Amino acid sequence: MSDPSAPQGLPDEPAEPPAARHRVIGTPPPAQARTLLGDGASGETGAGDGSPPMRRELPADPSNPVKAKRAERVVALCFILSMLASIGFIAAYVGLEVHSVDAVLRSNLALGVSMSVAFLGLAVGATVWVRRIMPTVELTEERHPMRSSPEDRAAFAETFQEGAEASQFVKRPLLRRTLIAATVPLAVAPLVLLRDMGPLPGTTLRHTVWRKGLRLLTYGANTPITSAEFSSAGGMITVIPDGYQDDPEALAQATAIIIKFQPGVLQPPTVLNWTVDNIVCYSKICTHVGCPAALYEQTTHHILCPCHQSTFDAPRGATVLFGPAPRPLPQLPLTTDSQGYLVAASDFHEPVGPSFWERG
Amino acid sequence: MSIDRALREIGGELDDRFHAARGFRVLFRKIFPDHWSFLLGEIALYSFIILLLTGTFLTLFFQPSMTEVVYHGSYTHLDGVKMSQAYASTLNISFDVRGGLLMRQIHHWAADLFMAAIFAHMLRIFFTGAYRKPRETNWLIGIVLLTLGMLEGLFGYSLPDDLLSGTGLRITEGVLLSVPVVGTYLTFFLFGGPFPGNDIIPRLYVIHVLLIPALMLALITAHLFFMFHQKHTQMPGKGRTNTNVVGAPTYPYFMAKTGAFFFFTFAALALAGTFAQINPIWLYGPYTPVGISAGSQPDFYMGFLEGTLRMFPSWTWDLAGHTVPWNVLIPALVPLGLLFTGAALWPMLERWITGDKSEHHLNDRPRNAPTRTAIGLAAITFYGVFWLEGANDVIADHLDISLYVTTEIARYAIFIAPVVAYIVTKRICLGLQRKDLHLLEHGVETGIIRQLPSGEFVEQTRPLTEEEVAALDVRRPPALPAGASAREQEVPPPGLRGGLGRARLRLNKVVTETVPVEEHGDGYGHGNGHGNGHPAAERAAVASSRGEGVPDDADGSAGHGGAPAGS
Repeated sequence: MSDPSAPQGLPDEPAEPPAARHRVIGTPPPAQARTLLGDGASGETGAGDGSPPMRRELPADPSNPVKAKRAERVVALCFILSMLASIGFIAAYVGLEVHSVDAVLRSNLALGVSMSVAFLGLAVGATVWVRRIMPTVELTEERHPMRSSPEDRAAFAETFQEGAEASQFVKRPLLRRTLIAATVPLAVAPLVLLRDMGPLPGTTLRHTVWRKGLRLLTYGANTPITSAEFSSAGGMITVIPDGYQDDPEALAQATAIIIKFQPGVLQPPTVLNWTVDNIVCYSKICTHVGCPAALYEQTTHHILCPCHQSTFDAPRGATVLFGPAPRPLPQLPLTTDSQGYLVAASDFHEPVGPSFWERG
Repeated sequence: MSIDRALREIGGELDDRFHAARGFRVLFRKIFPDHWSFLLGEIALYSFIILLLTGTFLTLFFQPSMTEVVYHGSYTHLDGVKMSQAYASTLNISFDVRGGLLMRQIHHWAADLFMAAIFAHMLRIFFTGAYRKPRETNWLIGIVLLTLGMLEGLFGYSLPDDLLSGTGLRITEGVLLSVPVVGTYLTFFLFGGPFPGNDIIPRLYVIHVLLIPALMLALITAHLFFMFHQKHTQMPGKGRTNTNVVGAPTYPYFMAKTGAFFFFTFAALALAGTFAQINPIWLYGPYTPVGISAGSQPDFYMGFLEGTLRMFPSWTWDLAGHTVPWNVLIPALVPLGLLFTGAALWPMLERWITGDKSEHHLNDRPRNAPTRTAIGLAAITFYGVFWLEGANDVIADHLDISLYVTTEIARYAIFIAPVVAYIVTKRICLGLQRKDLHLLEHGVETGIIRQLPSGEFVEQTRPLTEEEVAALDVRRPPALPAGASAREQEVPPPGLRGGLGRARLRLNKVVTETVPVEEHGDGYGHGNGHGNGHPAAERAAVASSRGEGVPDDADGSAGHGGAPAGS
């Protein structure tokens, strides 16, 4: 749009703005420095006509030749150091094996130090070069207001207008409206594509895999446990449902803790019918945002979630004592099977874990 | 000699091909002003480049798969442990790939430095007013980049599928579940079913290595282009005005300096990666929803959200069979939303309040915009309280106070501390303005006492140098909304009537509050007990450089309604 478009009805300004913007920079002569826009063109034509720059803007020699000489040696030293360090890096890569913790430490140290020195050498060298060897300069470049000349702005506005008119976008509302109507479903369509990223939630979050008769396994050892084996009051054990040791989705919901109390400590709202020999089982999934509520303080009987410090009162139905959790940890009904092992009497009677819209 | 000739010819060769003579010359001579705070953005940029470099290396060895494997690698402590392939390959990178650990650690440190540099850069921009017209677009791009950076970091450190980051994902799941109506659907679609599923790591991986970096790269390019096109702002100083840029040219000065700075950044990160262990996932173990480690802290830029979740009370609604978990929803969205939305809207708001629609290329010293600085400090304090609360267990442990007390304190502090910060900052700024004014009027105290022949003792002062004056004497009378009067008793112009107009005027008074700038300013801003026996001799010369005055309330002179504005 720049050159040959002059013979239009418009003011022929469109040719100007690039020229106005690409001004010659550097220290402006004092006389010109005052004005902002006017003298731009005159300074420009001088340099633009293929003739080389008139005046030196950067001095060729350092401000302080003696210092520069000294600095030159420093810079060279830095660069040599950097070079040696890079070679050292390659040597360390070739020479030092990994595959054990100690070897990795050695390799990491050698590679890291040589790499750091290689970069530092370049950085320091280049900095000293700029500051001590290159002649000090401070140039001033004119800054022009973002706003173009009124003619340019008018022409630009005109361009918009003309385009709109030529496209008939304004005049033909049918086109305009159908186009907009066409884009709306088009914008929604890609969202539909995301549907198959996962199954619908359904009632998945309302249930865990616990069911009547399913044994509690102590987490880690993965062995069933009898109430007699868990006799030390004050202890807490993480338990998982038998058969789901390697099922992270099941564990993410079903993980629970059992705590053994002295007789008489447990009281409502703990459901005492769901306990066995003063052993109570709660969901381990915090009702705040689902971290495992893993810390148990024996003296106070508090269960603490280490993520956001929701605190639950273990002997009293794991009611919330402090923190952002809105509900007690759900209690899992316990009983024993014929061999005396602790088993679930049913699933949790409410959804475990964090709140969600359909939870109710 | 041959280098010389090559240098002479290279321009011609380039011009033959790219019509480059004029454009490239302008480019070479483009001026970049100097100030230490301008390096903050460069740190962010170079950290990003280093992230791309080290990240590319890591992708060569990382396997974003949740397939379960049994580990039999070099880290014998985990021999025979079941883990995801992602975790196993991260162990492999750390212990069986030469330089792998170094690259991992540099990558992680670079991410932290990237975020820290963005925060610092953003604060610099805010406090010096560099976001003002015409740079609002770049300010907005910056906020988007900050948001993307947070997500990129969260997704990145989640990839190794270790116990710590897995807990972070679990929290993410809990937060997503809290979204009303569609929360469970979002969660199931993101995780490909119930948490944790088998899809989340591969999905986060492609978002982390492709989608977000591509977006960020595009935005950074635009960010730099705008900065380049609009020319860099500069701090006030001798010879620096709103219509020029003073500094060193790109070629060779800025090129060399910024190149050196890239290597400094890389060297610092390499040193950190060598000597400062970060994210030792082999100590955390592979993720299992059953386990967790105490003192689980996210990377620092996510600590804010951790703090909001910890601090917020347990409010939940159960309505007609549906649950609205305000206890998660509000802390996850509102505080950060307030900060980011506030930051995004601030340039517009300030423009509206002050009525200042002119371009600004000369930065403010923070003290010279007391209200803005005070708002900034209030925001930092707001952020800081949440951020500290995100580590309240560590704080409680180290200070030996109750965990719950730290949270209770934070619950009050989140409302009180920003207000205190605002007030204190504003007073400090105004005090510093008075100090500047004092310096301009009386010069620097030399500590020399001279006895006059009459026997009188006088303290000798040194007048400021031109450079010092140029740096100090930059305050302008605040712009007012068009036609707004500084006087109270007049009928306001149309734009300032009605409730909104009155609010605008009131805000204007607050935002533009400053120590009065007067041509012969003796006596103004001196309520603090300075005797003013010294005539403001140097001041007169100084003041002559100031042309602008308070915009006159030409149209506000319609008469004197006795009642306050707008009634």
